[in-house]
Amino acid sequence: MAPYPYAVAGVLFVAGLYGIVSSRNYIHMAVCLTVMQSSTYVTLICVGYLNNGQPPITQGAQPGKPLVDPVVQALTLTDVVVSVVVLALVLALALQAHRRTGSVDPDRLRGMRG
Amino acid sequence: MNTRTRALLFLPLGAALAAFLLWGLAGLPDFGSTQGPYARYLARHATAQRHVTNVPTSIVFDYRALDTLGEELILFTCVMGTALLLRSSREAEEQRPSDRPTSAAQRHLVSLLIPVTVLLGLWTISYGYLTPGGGFQGGVVCGAAALMLWAAGGYRDHRALTPTGLVDAAEGLGAAAYIGLGLAVLAAGHAFLANVLPLGSTGTLASGGTIAVLNWATGLEVSAATVLVFHEFLKEYVQTLPGAAED
Amino acid sequence: MTALTALVLTAVAVLGVAVVLARDPLRQVMLNGLFGLSQVLLFTVLQAPDVAISMAVVSTVAYPAVLLMTIHRVGPQDRG
Repeated sequence: MAPYPYAVAGVLFVAGLYGIVSSRNYIHMAVCLTVMQSSTYVTLICVGYLNNGQPPITQGAQPGKPLVDPVVQALTLTDVVVSVVVLALVLALALQAHRRTGSVDPDRLRGMRG
Repeated sequence: MNTRTRALLFLPLGAALAAFLLWGLAGLPDFGSTQGPYARYLARHATAQRHVTNVPTSIVFDYRALDTLGEELILFTCVMGTALLLRSSREAEEQRPSDRPTSAAQRHLVSLLIPVTVLLGLWTISYGYLTPGGGFQGGVVCGAAALMLWAAGGYRDHRALTPTGLVDAAEGLGAAAYIGLGLAVLAAGHAFLANVLPLGSTGTLASGGTIAVLNWATGLEVSAATVLVFHEFLKEYVQTLPGAAED
Repeated sequence: MTALTALVLTAVAVLGVAVVLARDPLRQVMLNGLFGLSQVLLFTVLQAPDVAISMAVVSTVAYPAVLLMTIHRVGPQDRG
C-alpha cells in the first residue's frame, strides 16, 4: 500500500494529459490542465507527509511529535493561487480564438491568420 | 488528425509515459516514513529564528522569499496578459447594461455577506504568520467579495465600487512594494529580501519582521489580481446580455 | 497509511478522472468543484492546513466564476 498515493498522482497526470490530447473544446482542455497541475500538488504533499506527524504550525504544537515537511507545503500553497490566473490566461486565449473563428474547437483553427 | 487517430496514437505513448512516471514515483521515499533534512532543520529552528509560528509562511516570505517573488511576477504577468488580450479586442465604447438581480432575498443576503467576506479575507491575511492562512489565501477571499458585489447589485454596482484604475494601481503597488522592500534591504547593505526588521515577540501580530510586510504586499497584489480577473470576465459576460453591442 | 487517507486518495483519483471524462463543460465545472473539495479533504488529512485553505478558496470561488463566465460567453458548443 505504500506507493498508493504516488499512483494516485500518476493517474491524475495521465488522465489530464489524455483529456488535453483528446479534447475538442478549449474550455474542457483548460480544466484538464488544472487536473494535471493537481497531480503535482498531490505528489508534493504526499512526499512531505509523516506518519504520526502534526501540522507545521508551532503555536499549540504537541511536544515530541514531528512536524510534516513545511517546504513542500510552501511550494504548493503559492502555486494553487497562481494556477487561477494561469487558468484565466488560458481562458482569455480561448475567448480570443472564439472571437476570431466563432468556435472553441482546436481542430477548426487551421484557417486562422494573425 | 481526427479524434480517433489521436486517441490511438495516445494509447502507446500514454502507456509508456505512465510506466515511466510510475517508475520515477516508485523511487520516492516511502509514504509517511522520511523527514527531509530541510524539514528537520526548519521544524527545530524556524520559530526560534524568525519568531513566527506558521512555518510554511516563514518559508514563503523569508527563507525562500525570492521564489515567492517569482510566483508574484507570474501572477502579475498572467493578469496583465489576460487584461491585454481581453481589453484589446473589445469595443472602445464602455457598455454598461443593467443586470440587477430580481430576487430581493439574493440582494439583501449577499449584501450582508460582503462585509463578512472582506473581514474574513483581512483576518486570513493578518494572522497569516501565526495560524494557517496568509496573503495568498486571504487575497482570494477579498477578491471574492468583489464578485459578491456583482451577485448583490449587478454589473453596474460592481463597476462603480471597484474602479478599474484603482484596482490596476493596487495590483502594481503590491508587486512594487514586494520588490521595493527587497531593494531597500539591498541598499541598506544586506542580502536581497533579507529579514532585517526587528522580529518582535513570538505569537503576536507584531512579529516576523519583513514577513509581515511581504505578507500584506502579497495580500494586496493577490486581491487586486483576483478582482481584475473577475472584472475582465464579467465584462465578457455582460456583452451577451440584451442591450449590449454584439461584436 | 490510515483507512481515511486511502479513502480520500481514492476519491481524489476517481473525481480527477471524472473531471477529464465529463465532456460537457458545464457538467465539468460541477465535477471540478467536487474534485477541489476532495483535494481540500486530502490536504487536511495530510496535515497541510495552509494548502487546504488555498485550495478551498480557489476551488469554491475563483475556478467556477472564471469558467462559468467563459462558458456563458462562448455559448453552446460541440462537446469537448
